[in-house]
Amino acid sequence: MELSLVIEKFILVAVIFGISLVTAMYSTYAERKVAAFLQDRIGPNRAGPFGIFQPMADGAKMFMKEEIIPTQSSGLLFIVGPSLAILTACIGSAVIPWGQQLTIGSRVIDLQVTDINVGILYIFGVVSLGVYGIMIGGWASNNKYSLLGAIRAASQNISYEIAMGLSIIALLMLTGTLSLKEIAQQQHGFWANGWFTWNVFRQPLGFLIFIICAFAETNRSPFDLPECETELVGGYHTEYSSMKLGFYLFAEYINMFISSAVMATLYFGGYNFPFMHHLGLSENLVTILGVVALFAKIIFFIFFFMWVRWTIPRFRYDQLMDLGWKVLIPLAIANIVLTGIFATVFK
Amino acid sequence: MESLTNKKKVLEAKPLNFWERAYLPAILSGLSITMKHFFRKPVTIKYPEVKREFSENYRGLHSLKRDENGKERCTACGLCALSCPAEAITMIAAERQPGEENLYREEKYAAVYEINMLRCIFCGLCEEACPKEAIYLDGDIVPTDFLRKDFIYGKDKLVEAPLNQ
Ligand code: SF4
Ligand code: SF4
Repeated sequence: MELSLVIEKFILVAVIFGISLVTAMYSTYAERKVAAFLQDRIGPNRAGPFGIFQPMADGAKMFMKEEIIPTQSSGLLFIVGPSLAILTACIGSAVIPWGQQLTIGSRVIDLQVTDINVGILYIFGVVSLGVYGIMIGGWASNNKYSLLGAIRAASQNISYEIAMGLSIIALLMLTGTLSLKEIAQQQHGFWANGWFTWNVFRQPLGFLIFIICAFAETNRSPFDLPECETELVGGYHTEYSSMKLGFYLFAEYINMFISSAVMATLYFGGYNFPFMHHLGLSENLVTILGVVALFAKIIFFIFFFMWVRWTIPRFRYDQLMDLGWKVLIPLAIANIVLTGIFATVFK
Repeated sequence: MESLTNKKKVLEAKPLNFWERAYLPAILSGLSITMKHFFRKPVTIKYPEVKREFSENYRGLHSLKRDENGKERCTACGLCALSCPAEAITMIAAERQPGEENLYREEKYAAVYEINMLRCIFCGLCEEACPKEAIYLDGDIVPTDFLRKDFIYGKDKLVEAPLNQ
């Protein structure tokens, strides 16, 4: 491998890593602001103009807090838990195509860290690894509430991964590829051959199932049972303090960012935007606009996550399992069958 | 039993219909409600800069009043302390010496008069109990402080400023 490629990828990784962290950081701020606006309040407004330095202040606070490791906890695993949570949250971004190609001089740069041909499977693998972070943390704390939270997280993730996987299968029957890059390319533009190119218009039911499962996978309200305060104190991170707690909370926001990116890529055309090749712009400009479009979609989804969180109360645990096993999975299977029929009839 | 007031309403628990059980329409209407609030003017009052207007009979910080000649009205009868449900008031009485008539209205006065603002619940019973109209809760909100002992307000903070000053 030539050195320049290594450097190029390294820069790309660093940039994407930085962007994920900054987005996660500002998601915490946005969450509080959105919550405030939805409740007729103002939200944090003291740290800097409109409170935009609030995430920094929160981060500094987290670092300064006393580090408490319970004596009864299993030492190493207690530290592995949050590390694993944030690690798996971060590596998911590797396969997401952030844009088309950028041409600088004679160099063509792919705005994607790596285009592995099983991109979706990779994402699924990473997501299911994420639950280990929670599980290990909850178990290592040696606390009933943490353990209950961890068990909830594990069973919830396992149940919803099935429905999520099934809804993706229906999508894959249409795309015929697992590579996220190709899926994004297939949704080129907005309108082609008398129908929308974006997958959400071909797979509306699949998208609905996917987004519900995404809420459950990221442990967001209304599926935030693993950390439900009224029943479990803090859930799996009850015993955590200082930046270890910060990592858990941060991982949740990074997960939200990544799953928004995946949703945008799989169903909302990724970096594609309407009329992208009818405006007569240069390729590089189109690429940059595409990145902007992708981020606009991601931000919308993040906002949607928050909007839902501050609107509806959380499910009861049995309702959650009911929904997952008795509704979403049959629905996803039906969706596969319907997709199969449509795909053969309209070939 | 026959209802006496005819106000009784029998609520039937109807089984949910399909759309109610599907839950999504309900979520959508909920989302639209919260979105309406997103654009509404916030009701927040940015406190230290902006202050909410107090009602006329707002019970704030106590003040010990002076009469029209600038003499302290309190006669250290202790009724306020007795009536106080939070036991926030303590006082030490003293006898007025000759030559102090311009300072204290009655022959007996409070040499020390302390209210613990952390105990006080601002109920206003001291004000009601006072036979001399000496204490009123007509002040502001009690300001914040760092130490508990600084919340015990003595006469230096409670007594009204002298008249012509
Ligand atoms: S306002 Fe009530 S609680 Fe406060 S000092 Fe007076 S009587 Fe006591
Ligand atoms: S404030 Fe009024 S009730 Fe209290 S000791 Fe003085 S005179 Fe008596």
